[in-house]
Amino acid sequence: MQPTRRQFLEAAILGGAATSVLGFDLAEAQAQVPELKIARTTETRSTCPYCSVSCGVIIHTLGGGSRNVKASVVHVEGDADHPINQGTLCPKGITLAHTIVNDRRLKRVMYRAPGASAWEERSWDFAIDRIARLMKDTRDRTLRRTDGRGRTINALTSVGVIGGCTDANEVNYLLVKAFRAGLGVIPIEQQARI
Amino acid sequence: MTNGWTDIRNADVVLAMGGNPAENHPVGFRFVMDAKRHRGATLVSVDPRFNRTAAVADRFVQIRAGSDIAFLGGLINHALSNHRYHEEYVRLFTNATFLVSETYSFDDTQGVFSGWDGERRAYTDRSGWAYELDGQGHARVDPTMQHPRCVLQSMKAFYARYTPEMVSRICGCTPDAFTQAAELITSTGTPDRVGTIVYALGWTHHSVAVQLIHAAAMLQLLLGNIGRPGGGLNALRGHANIQGGTDCGMAYHNLPGYIAIPKADHPTLDAFLRAVTPRATRPESMNFWSNTDRFAVSQFKAYYGAAATAANQFGYDWHPKLPQLAEGGYENWSWAYIFDHMLAGAMEGFFSFGMNPVSNGPHSAKATAALAKLQWLVVAENFEQETAVFWREDIAALAGLKPEEIPTEVFMLPAANFAEKDGCFVNSARWIQWKWKAVDPPGEALPDQEIIGRLFLKIRELYEREGGVAPEPVRHLDWWYTHPSSPSLEEVCRELNGWALREVRDADGAVILRPGQQLASFLHLQADGSTLSGNWLYIGMYTDAGNLTKRRSAADPSGLGRHPEWAFSWPANRRVMYNRASADGSGRPWDPSRPAIAWDGQRWVGDVPDYRADSAPAASLGAFIMLPEGVARLFVPGQLAEGPWTEHYEPQESPVANPLHPQRSANPVARPFTTPFDVLGSAEEYPIVCTTYRLTEHFHYWTKHNPYTMQLQPEFFVEIPEDLAAEQGIANADMVRVTSARGSIEGRAMVTRRIKSMQIAGRKVYQIGVPIHWGFVGRGAQRGSLANLLTHTVVDPNSYTPEYKAFLVKLEKV
Repeated sequence: MQPTRRQFLEAAILGGAATSVLGFDLAEAQAQVPELKIARTTETRSTCPYCSVSCGVIIHTLGGGSRNVKASVVHVEGDADHPINQGTLCPKGITLAHTIVNDRRLKRVMYRAPGASAWEERSWDFAIDRIARLMKDTRDRTLRRTDGRGRTINALTSVGVIGGCTDANEVNYLLVKAFRAGLGVIPIEQQARI
Repeated sequence: MTNGWTDIRNADVVLAMGGNPAENHPVGFRFVMDAKRHRGATLVSVDPRFNRTAAVADRFVQIRAGSDIAFLGGLINHALSNHRYHEEYVRLFTNATFLVSETYSFDDTQGVFSGWDGERRAYTDRSGWAYELDGQGHARVDPTMQHPRCVLQSMKAFYARYTPEMVSRICGCTPDAFTQAAELITSTGTPDRVGTIVYALGWTHHSVAVQLIHAAAMLQLLLGNIGRPGGGLNALRGHANIQGGTDCGMAYHNLPGYIAIPKADHPTLDAFLRAVTPRATRPESMNFWSNTDRFAVSQFKAYYGAAATAANQFGYDWHPKLPQLAEGGYENWSWAYIFDHMLAGAMEGFFSFGMNPVSNGPHSAKATAALAKLQWLVVAENFEQETAVFWREDIAALAGLKPEEIPTEVFMLPAANFAEKDGCFVNSARWIQWKWKAVDPPGEALPDQEIIGRLFLKIRELYEREGGVAPEPVRHLDWWYTHPSSPSLEEVCRELNGWALREVRDADGAVILRPGQQLASFLHLQADGSTLSGNWLYIGMYTDAGNLTKRRSAADPSGLGRHPEWAFSWPANRRVMYNRASADGSGRPWDPSRPAIAWDGQRWVGDVPDYRADSAPAASLGAFIMLPEGVARLFVPGQLAEGPWTEHYEPQESPVANPLHPQRSANPVARPFTTPFDVLGSAEEYPIVCTTYRLTEHFHYWTKHNPYTMQLQPEFFVEIPEDLAAEQGIANADMVRVTSARGSIEGRAMVTRRIKSMQIAGRKVYQIGVPIHWGFVGRGAQRGSLANLLTHTVVDPNSYTPEYKAFLVKLEKV
């Protein structure tokens, strides 16, 4: 007897009780627990990057143990040990793996020339050299060394820096140190005000 | 947050207002549900919409968007006129006893405080917004709180106008609905009950934002709820590390650790320190900010290293100073002002690290036009987004431009995301939590620290090679990291905490710090250059015991959700701020079943005390050691732009004139910008109140790239009350257009009973709601429906936050 697709599915659902349709016993197959996709993963503790509750997450990665093999994220789950979320996550947190591994992620430096209507792919060396040149030229041309009353202010207001709300403290501090204390930038802002 | 997520479970009453935590902080909201289930707590939700928090609340009151101050003013009046406040707490821990200056007054027909210059439309004399001082410069007090000019009596007189009927006229709820909610909320004005307030951007996105928070703080102080487990005033905040960014000086007006930025009229380090260090206003006050010199000098040592010496004022000259305006005051470089200056052509270059101002700033069309004035723009991001492609035909068209007319060079740099780098996030409960790197970034994407490191080193190399203007700060910046082109965040974390550069001894000659020793206490900082600390507020997070932000013990010995060995909580690992106020005048907890700290005869025990640990209660240093008064401010002397008390002013765009004083309807101190983009609409042309909000399935403008969240909430919609929809012939799922004076967006109608029309000041007013989250770049149906195409740029005059939560629109079927 050839089972229909529907009968096959019913058999699969009912398991060992429906041996007659298939002519063999599914019990053994049912008893074997399939290996979880996280059975051989490396677990890394992290913090959800979305809202300010800061749920603990465990990022599961596979691979990366040998040369020329990059680890990749296969799963993200809530950290059961975390006193705030105790393993739970919201709809955004539970889909984090698909934000990390996502075909829309930027992978190359892109450049848009003045007046252009499309991106061009460029190298990091090009970008760093060109941005450093633009920054230095702008700073040298427009730094306000003194104000109208001759007081030293060393203020650069022609360049602004806005920082991300998923930048770690340390990245925020590096921005403040390099751009404000080093280069003199006054317009430094982040999400807090908006 | 003054308290924390895990502490909310200790509350008897939770007021959720100006926020919708069930939707936007769903996992943190578990502790509200915990309080309901295990303590029998009452949840009161006050909001323009019957939202997901309202759906599980014990009581919901619908109010008009933009009317929150009237509601809070009503609560203050209810507490004061029915004596439903915690009198002993108020006497001990607030400035209720202080006498207000004789020259203070409020004109309730004009809606302005003393010092208003009607011709210049500005406060030209704020001297009356002050305490009455004695010969030593200390405030006079009346412990009986009966003096007609004491703060408590002044407050009673001021808020007497906020009757249930007036609340009803302004907010649109019935007087009864208000009074019933007020009874619940003020039931915590006793020693044995505690209430918390949880709020978010629904309170801060207004042109009266700071005064709104001031009103909530006054209410919680009157009820004796600040400093107590289960109490507090809790800003839930919106992003993973917005707290850390704020702590670390990512604002034009602050250095790390909330030290005001040096200004043009502070020519020397001494002048700067004199200007930013407050003097005590009561003789016994601890006035913790008197240590500002130690915090600031140690920060300059972190910036400029060995080049910072006493002889050169620790490099003070190199650090930029905020310029002064010719007409007085200082230049404003906050977000909305940056884009106004940019549109005026005053800026050449711009860096955006993980930010998207076309989408997340006010008035997207103005932001786009401003970006088109730049010579160069650098965007470091995970995904392509609206700001990086502002020159694209459809986005440029918002500003009436074509790609070929935009001369801006744009760099879009692929950056690592949270999982691809380590470092600390600070949550809204002030927990500084380390996260570990799980995976390398894709393709050629780099972590931000490497982008910053490589750029800075390249710029420094150009200065070394070519010379240039003011090269000293660039050359002397202490870039000491083992891998300078990509600093280790572990090393930066150590620097933020700080260490001793030389041996430090106390007054008795005992060594308290060895050279190289990581700092463990604020007061170990020195003002002579012998210590270094990037952010004094974080001291204690990285001591010689290691990086305490990595701690992972969930132990909770108090049973009150403090978890003292989970990560590190600033300041000093304290879990409940102002916790001295949790105990009475002799140091006994107001509620022994919920102690924060208690005096055991020798020391304060419990949470890390927000107080000198061995100072007996009788010394009365004041429970608010960060304020020069030593007590909390109900009356705020001279600090806020609008005045010492919070008054209800209408939103910049409002359907009605202010029922309190129609001639002075909106915030008199808020100032609209003057470009052709900065237009406001009238109620005649735009009769509907509109508010913006978030959905639980999305995060800001990021998850429109995620295939799963896009399936959960695939497209932009407009939430419309049933009677308004019927009036305009709009059916559920019809396409509709929402138009403000700035722009318009289209989306599907969601006809709902969750928002009802209301009677405001005698007329029928409709409100609609639009979610953010959609725009031009992303998966699925991105129709350019950026909510911020509708919003205007008028900002709160204290915090400079825009008014996203209450503005006017019209609605039509497409």
